[in-house]
Amino acid sequence: MSRESSLVTAQWVEDNLDTDGVVLVEVDEDTTSYDKGHIRGAIKLDWTTDLQDQVRRDFVNKEQFEALLSSRGVSNDDTVVLYGGNNNWFAAYAYWYFKLYGHQDVKLLDGGRKKWELDSRELTDEKPTRAETSYTATAQDSSIRAFRDEVVAAIGTQNLVDVRSPDEYAGRLLAPAHLPQEQAQRAGHIPTAASVPWSKAANDDGTFKSDDELKEIYSEAGVDWSKDTIAYCRIGERSSHTWFVLKELLGQENVKNYDGSWTEYGSLVGVPVALGDEPGDA
Amino acid sequence: MCGATEGGLSLDGVNVAKEAVIQGQVLRGAEPVPNAYVRLLDGSGEFTAEVPTSATGHFRFFAGDGEWTLRTLAPKADPVDTRVVAATGSVAEVAVAI
Repeated sequence: MSRESSLVTAQWVEDNLDTDGVVLVEVDEDTTSYDKGHIRGAIKLDWTTDLQDQVRRDFVNKEQFEALLSSRGVSNDDTVVLYGGNNNWFAAYAYWYFKLYGHQDVKLLDGGRKKWELDSRELTDEKPTRAETSYTATAQDSSIRAFRDEVVAAIGTQNLVDVRSPDEYAGRLLAPAHLPQEQAQRAGHIPTAASVPWSKAANDDGTFKSDDELKEIYSEAGVDWSKDTIAYCRIGERSSHTWFVLKELLGQENVKNYDGSWTEYGSLVGVPVALGDEPGDA
Repeated sequence: MCGATEGGLSLDGVNVAKEAVIQGQVLRGAEPVPNAYVRLLDGSGEFTAEVPTSATGHFRFFAGDGEWTLRTLAPKADPVDTRVVAATGSVAEVAVAI
């Protein structure tokens, strides 16, 4: 993968609003954003109700994903262009999710909703109608999703990249600062994890930094490019953003997203936890 | 602190005693700016959080004790940085003019 095959600009999106086979999909942390205005023709996916199992903590299964995309009018051969608020956190999460279920042609709108708004580009509240399709997903691609046992085994052996803010990494905050801080799990980070906040990869307007800048950021933080990498955050959405950078923009092999992330790891009994600004020992 | 300041965001449902709240409103002249983005940067300038402003131009963060910077981005305006001090158990109210 590369920047050219996985990222499109706001201008490209504006130029392709009426192109057949291009489906815009908005995914936001604030699931009401779409209803207040969205890019013309875009459909909405709600990450809490559409993409999560409503009983267990897990994703919708293959059949549910197929039913979802079929009902929303997405075809297997469509170019799916994802965008959203919060610097594309949840759009990147959906990108990773589409890849997990084998969709071939997925792209992110560079800068997401913020860049679109800061450019003063048009938003509409008109909802598109799309004919139902018959979407077929593949089995989940386990090469891009990490589970807790792999994460524990990776301590001191693989690259662990903690993409939360420095205060969450150190254990001074338990959640991003736009959310209340009372949480059940312990604070801190996985020992040996490098701290590379997701925001280091983005400019203020939400667009991604250049490949050269990105390589330097992760190299300086101690990422060993010869090793496999697992990225994590609090619930797996910010780490999707970093997974996208490492795997799709920089073309690294063997990069996984740990979607259990700190809300799972910080609640596990008996696993090691490091506090403070240093990675800590294995 | 018994509630929001005049014209500010309601603090109903927020346990102010346990949170270091930073909140306020983005204004262009006297007009609230509903499509601005406010970023919370920590003492070293590192990004901590970002929220879009509400229909009335309001924003809120749950920070920690210490000094923070709010960086406000809005269409057709230069970014504006505003320093603010947060403390657990209090609400720091900030008006940002762009």
